Amino acid sequence: MTCAEAEIVLHALLDGELDAGHAHDVEAHVGNCPRCATQLRAYREMQHAMLAAPLRFTAPTSLRRRIERALPSAPPRVASRRSMLKGFAMGTALSAAIAASLVIGVIRTDQDQRVLGDVFSAHVRSLQADHLTDVQTSDQHTVKPWFNGKVDVAPPVVDLTAQGFTLIGGRLDYIDGRAVASIVYRRRAHMINLFVIPGAASADHGAKLETMQGFNIQRWSAQGLEFFAISDINAEELNEFVEKFEAGFHSTGAT
Amino acid sequence: MLDRLQSQDLAAPWKDGDDVVVGNGSSDNNDKARRFRDAALPHLDDVYTLARYLLHNGADADDAVQECYLRALRHFDTYRGPAIKPWLFAILRNICRGEFGRRSRAALTMDGETEEDEDAVPLWQDAPVSPEMEMLRQWDANTIRRLVTDLPEPFREAIVLREINDLSYREIADVIGAPVGTVMSRLARARSMLRKAWIAEEGEEGLPT
Repeated sequence: MTCAEAEIVLHALLDGELDAGHAHDVEAHVGNCPRCATQLRAYREMQHAMLAAPLRFTAPTSLRRRIERALPSAPPRVASRRSMLKGFAMGTALSAAIAASLVIGVIRTDQDQRVLGDVFSAHVRSLQADHLTDVQTSDQHTVKPWFNGKVDVAPPVVDLTAQGFTLIGGRLDYIDGRAVASIVYRRRAHMINLFVIPGAASADHGAKLETMQGFNIQRWSAQGLEFFAISDINAEELNEFVEKFEAGFHSTGAT
Repeated sequence: MLDRLQSQDLAAPWKDGDDVVVGNGSSDNNDKARRFRDAALPHLDDVYTLARYLLHNGADADDAVQECYLRALRHFDTYRGPAIKPWLFAILRNICRGEFGRRSRAALTMDGETEEDEDAVPLWQDAPVSPEMEMLRQWDANTIRRLVTDLPEPFREAIVLREINDLSYREIADVIGAPVGTVMSRLARARSMLRKAWIAEEGEEGLPT
């Protein structure tokens, strides 16, 4: 791969648009080319800065009212996710496949799903580019202090090496437009990203399994923190990870 | 050159023209309007965000977004997916490039000179490596918005659709009616321009804004 080619394709790498083979080609080039490596780093910084900044606009209430008034009939009401799905189910002209893609389009606007989407993207990004960890160490007492001042609340770091989940390090990532901590573990050849988001909206709740494009995501909250563990290991093992983590978290406190 | 063709809506299968009159009485229409609300209104902030970046002007953005929703409702019968957000974006883009584009063409350079040199200079000549590029300043949202808004139109819309509206390359290609390869080269160019502006901004620091 030449620099001129890499110059274009490294953006596809940043945007998570490359399959594993092409991603590997770009990474191989970047690994041998300081200039392209610098570019990739600078563009990634810029991308993170843009993700972290509130660059979106909110439609003015007056505009929302104008549009609602201009649409015929039916009193305006707040569309919940459930009612949106019901609306689509009633659209008999839609094939199942189209309905499915519609549902994805709509669900993604839901706050929860946006966070899940961010978790998924961050995980995939961390695997694709050479940026799995910012601080690489198996020592939990090194990982936790590293996050001080970088995120609002230093995350609990539990060493689970003895239980079969090797602590690899930590990384700063962006979920839902804010900087959050990710603790990185390894199970055999599989990576687990554990995202820790302060200020859980709901009370403590147990782990709930979600799947997204072949990845398993366990989410739960405890002590005001929202946790997302994502990996391509199977659901049972991920569940085991959650149990071990929770056990370590509660027995030692946030170490 | 491609963009000049697209500005005539050739790329959009849902282009305006065969207006369907929407009456107020029938239950079919009520049902359609309700389904449209449920599907389209949750994306209002997304559509408005794109309008603000495409048009520079808040009042024009309001009008364009309203027109977009009315036009989308008229064509909702013929809408067959894939996702509704890119579909709304494509309609909005046609509106912005049509009426609002004509209104402020001089100021905005919607078409023309900015694109002609799109492929003239190899990208890597834009960005010589220097140590100060390794750390980018963290600008606040208003500064970043201004830097993005100052980009020439085809590059601005590419980067807004990708970074701010979170569309995939395929979806961006559908919205702008161009091949994915064009999306990639525009994004590369857009980020290169934005990074230069980002770094140049440091020289402006301290000046009143």
